[in-house]
Amino acid sequence: MEPPKTPSSFMSPRPPTPSTIPSKITVNFVLPYASELATKEVDMVIIPATTGQMGVLPGHVPTIAELKPGILSVHEGNDVTKYFLSSGFAFIHANSVADIIAVEAVPVDRIDQNSVQKGLAEFTQKVNSASTDLEKAEAQIGVDVHSALNSALSG
Amino acid sequence: MASNAAVPFWRAAGMTYITYSNICANLVRNCLKEPYKTEALTREKVHFSIATWKEGKPEKPGNCPLSRTSDRVDFTVS
Repeated sequence: MEPPKTPSSFMSPRPPTPSTIPSKITVNFVLPYASELATKEVDMVIIPATTGQMGVLPGHVPTIAELKPGILSVHEGNDVTKYFLSSGFAFIHANSVADIIAVEAVPVDRIDQNSVQKGLAEFTQKVNSASTDLEKAEAQIGVDVHSALNSALSG
Repeated sequence: MASNAAVPFWRAAGMTYITYSNICANLVRNCLKEPYKTEALTREKVHFSIATWKEGKPEKPGNCPLSRTSDRVDFTVS
């Protein structure tokens, strides 16, 4: 009698890693409400990982990176498209496919300078006056996000 | 090998990743320029009603006015 099938035998096999490094990476950049880039072939993406800005080229080692609020730049030839991400994850696979997921991502020109300055001032003040751990954490998150927005606008 | 590796400050304060991520997203949405800001806020608006149940019956279904998307609300859908 045949042994019973396991769940993994029903899954389609992982795509094979090509033996030569592909010339472009395939980027899938998705948000909960829209898919910004779907299997777009680009030369390089720079992702805002918690460990710093990480450049991903074709043939990058498979990585799972947690993202911090910051700028994602997609380089295709001479064009660079920049998005500000709120937070998320990036999965880089062995076959040079990068899946980037974020909750909120906006092109940098949609950010309002005044709200950013106001928010930064407000949260810096909240960090100093916060009492419980949770309030302090929330205020600190506010400061981090607004400083990232600020540097996105100026950088 | 340290099993208590350095945790992010929000986790040390008792917050989960999802709460952190939603807070970041809300802050970013509030810093957008005008047509995009209202678009984003209406897109993320959530409507729900909360009722506490006692002895198998809902006590009083109430409508919770929403100022931000449900991050720290525990509710049973009635």
